[in-house]
Amino acid sequence: MDSKKNSSSPFPAISFPTPGQMMWRRTIHHWGFLLGAGILAVILVVALLAPYLAPCDPYHQDLAHRLINPIWHADGTWKHPLGTDGLGRDYLSRLLYGARISLLIGFAAMSISAVIGASMGVAAGYFGGRVDVVVSFLITTRLALPVILVALAVVALVGGSLPMVITVLGLLIWDRFAVVMRSTTQQLRSADYINAAKATGCSTMRIIFGELLPNILNNLIVVATLEMARAILLEAALSFLGMGVQPPLPSWGLMISEGKEFMFFTPWLIVIPGTVLFMLVLAINLLGDGIRDITAPEGRS
Amino acid sequence: MLHYTCKRIALALLVAITVSFLSFMLVRVSGDPAYALAGENATAKEIAFVREKYGLDRPIMVQYLDWALKALHGDLGQSPYFRENVSAIIGHRLKVTMTLGASALLFALTLSIPLGVLAAIRPNTWIDRVALGISVLGQAMPSFWFGLILILFFGVTLRWFPVSGSSSWRHFVLPTIALGYYATPAFMRLTRSGMMDVLSSDYIRTARAKGLLSGSVLFKHALRNAIIPVVSVVAVQLGFMLGGSVVIESVFAVNGFGLLAYESIARADLPMVQAIVLILSLIYVLLTLFADVLNALLDPRIRVA
Amino acid sequence: MSHLLEVKDLQVDLAIPAGILNAVRNVSFSLSRGETLALVGESGCGKSLTAMAIMNLLPGQARRQAAVLSFEGDDLRHFSQKQMADIRGRQMAMIFQESMMLLNPCYTIGNQLEEALLRHQKVPRRQARDRAVYLLEKVGITAAGSRLKQYPHQLSGGLRQRVMISMALMCGPALIIADEPTTALDVTIQAQILSLLADLQQEFNMGMIMITHDLGVVSRIAEQVVVMYCGQIIESAPTRELFSRPLHPYTQGLLACIPIPGRSKRGQHLGSIPGTVPTPIGRLQGCIFRNRCPLAMEACAEQTVILQEIDDRRSYRCLLSPDRAGYNWLEYDEHE
Repeated sequence: MDSKKNSSSPFPAISFPTPGQMMWRRTIHHWGFLLGAGILAVILVVALLAPYLAPCDPYHQDLAHRLINPIWHADGTWKHPLGTDGLGRDYLSRLLYGARISLLIGFAAMSISAVIGASMGVAAGYFGGRVDVVVSFLITTRLALPVILVALAVVALVGGSLPMVITVLGLLIWDRFAVVMRSTTQQLRSADYINAAKATGCSTMRIIFGELLPNILNNLIVVATLEMARAILLEAALSFLGMGVQPPLPSWGLMISEGKEFMFFTPWLIVIPGTVLFMLVLAINLLGDGIRDITAPEGRS
Repeated sequence: MLHYTCKRIALALLVAITVSFLSFMLVRVSGDPAYALAGENATAKEIAFVREKYGLDRPIMVQYLDWALKALHGDLGQSPYFRENVSAIIGHRLKVTMTLGASALLFALTLSIPLGVLAAIRPNTWIDRVALGISVLGQAMPSFWFGLILILFFGVTLRWFPVSGSSSWRHFVLPTIALGYYATPAFMRLTRSGMMDVLSSDYIRTARAKGLLSGSVLFKHALRNAIIPVVSVVAVQLGFMLGGSVVIESVFAVNGFGLLAYESIARADLPMVQAIVLILSLIYVLLTLFADVLNALLDPRIRVA
Repeated sequence: MSHLLEVKDLQVDLAIPAGILNAVRNVSFSLSRGETLALVGESGCGKSLTAMAIMNLLPGQARRQAAVLSFEGDDLRHFSQKQMADIRGRQMAMIFQESMMLLNPCYTIGNQLEEALLRHQKVPRRQARDRAVYLLEKVGITAAGSRLKQYPHQLSGGLRQRVMISMALMCGPALIIADEPTTALDVTIQAQILSLLADLQQEFNMGMIMITHDLGVVSRIAEQVVVMYCGQIIESAPTRELFSRPLHPYTQGLLACIPIPGRSKRGQHLGSIPGTVPTPIGRLQGCIFRNRCPLAMEACAEQTVILQEIDDRRSYRCLLSPDRAGYNWLEYDEHE
């Protein structure tokens, strides 16, 4: 007896987008995410292609042509588009190679701290009890130690080298991974699908890697971006203070440190590497915030 | 409340003991500290002399207990560089850095809390975007580079403030901004998100249903609740800022604790480095302890168990 | 007779990403002092938004329109935020669904109770406290004086709801709107709170709007019932008549969903309404209930269905005449 007309909705049909479509829509409308991804992609390409893009050898000193002004000055030359530093090295080439150092240190230190912090945090959140007490204590203790000071002291005593800086930073900045993973895991521990997995007799490892990890991955990625940015900033600060990456390696922090001597007369020596450093960290942060907004839309729009 | 405070103090003590051990061990990561103390070109005899003089030939736990017990009495050991007791030197330096830290904190709070509140009550307006912009830029700005840019702009181009030293209040303006800006994003984000959460809560609806005007809804009912999480972060950030003073004081040549730390590391003044790490850690422990007690006073759910 | 509250053609629109949601449309009712009106419907039918629209406490993305919105002779449509705030809590008060966060966790019960009076009347704090103690005792809280110094988290849910009720009564309002006041409470407490509300309403001669999804609550407390579905009034009737002779198929379906002593037989299935509530975005075509209605005809899709008035207390929104609109929902299940 129901005619077809009557069983249809009394309102004009509107099609609700699928979760995938909504995520795509949020992605392409999120200018922060797009900007961050764009800048990061450019820096990544530049770092990878540095040997092909760099006009000169970044280590080649030419004292006869030191402190040449960049191209936007009247006496600039296309031979050195961004000028030369105090030792006559081509600034653009050093800048391009410097991207490699920042990205390498940022990514490697972040990875080490991610492994340490995430396993501690997940263990504390999942098992609770004594494990949680111990991990919480370790986090509190770690936070009490001043990162930059400890890093400076260790690197100065042991000697600064690329692997050393990476290891020291990696061992120091796991705190946020641990804190965030701990609270996320605690929230999920009593979720229905975890209980269901337990009830069907899955092993603890299977639950952690099969059920828990996929659901905390978004948070893990967001923290990873924040920590990579932090590692890059710390490396730059250490190198700036002369106790991180050692010369003649072209670290941006070191370039600022070397340019400081001449900054009152040739301010571009610190403005250029500082700006790209700032852009890189900004891009990573924007990317992280963007991933958080896109995957967890109940947060900030 | 008493039970809570006691528990919290016990935890703080435990952390304090652990960090004291860590800062003691810190200068030993490179192996035998006698090499560092004796200098680069020391002979084997000189090294042996230094080892004996500083008691470095004893078992490590004995050395630690000796150092820790002396530290409890205010004796942090001799500085080989100053040839004086460490405690005598750090007092004045610490005061300089505390002043800098306090003014930087004040700067950060006066900038971030009003902006965070405004952003929360007017979301997606220009003020919200300005607040977001300040926090995004602040997070990405390398603090030492920001300091150099401040020097270039306000010190060299505009000539408003002196660019280095610490002899008058005007010397502290630029370091305060450089150090304070570093903590601003965290405060602002927390104030904004806390305020947004609180404003959408049931008790704010109740308050409005009572006919309260927006002023008292905002200041009596919302801000009090939103500010509670900020209090603990203030302590944490102040601790971080004291650590960050190493960088900022080096940039501005402020004769404080951070600069002392940097110089001591550079000249391998191990007792000094040890003492500075210990003191900064203990300050952090005290600050977070203080914040937790203050939190309990602000939040009856913790206070009245 | 002039009404305490009169609402005519109230409309609330919500701006959501998918479009404009017509959350409340053409809602009209009136209420006198000493009378209780129940707003009934499934969750999301617009009953709470109707209350919030009257109080002017709608969320930011909501827009309110009405042909008439008068309270004690005042036209609330043109009241400023400040004027509305002066009325709220003083002349019209609201009781919300119980939750942990109903009261501000940072202030004592006494502080929050006194505040309700001090906001509207220039009286000494002493007097506000006496009033608070008087009302706490009135709602059945013992040792009221010492309760004033307690914080919300120290009270049970039932006690918090009693505090909420005293808070609403602080200024002696003429109208009280109770939005699901018993929903989050234990069943035994529910009954206590309901009879308390009914007693207070009689004693202080207030008009009361009781918002609920629970028809059991309605039968105990209300004189007049307004049934809402998807933002529209479906049926309005005196309580006794609604239960004995529901006119709209939806109302009949709702009543079939609850067991009624004497009518429901042992072992018999309770009724259920198949299908889902549509999302009210875009232009409404025909009857709003037609996609779930077992009696739907061709005409239901074509013509706009208006509220048919039988008398001034009884109306329903259906094309069928009162004698033909009946449908036995208890049989519906067996047809499936």
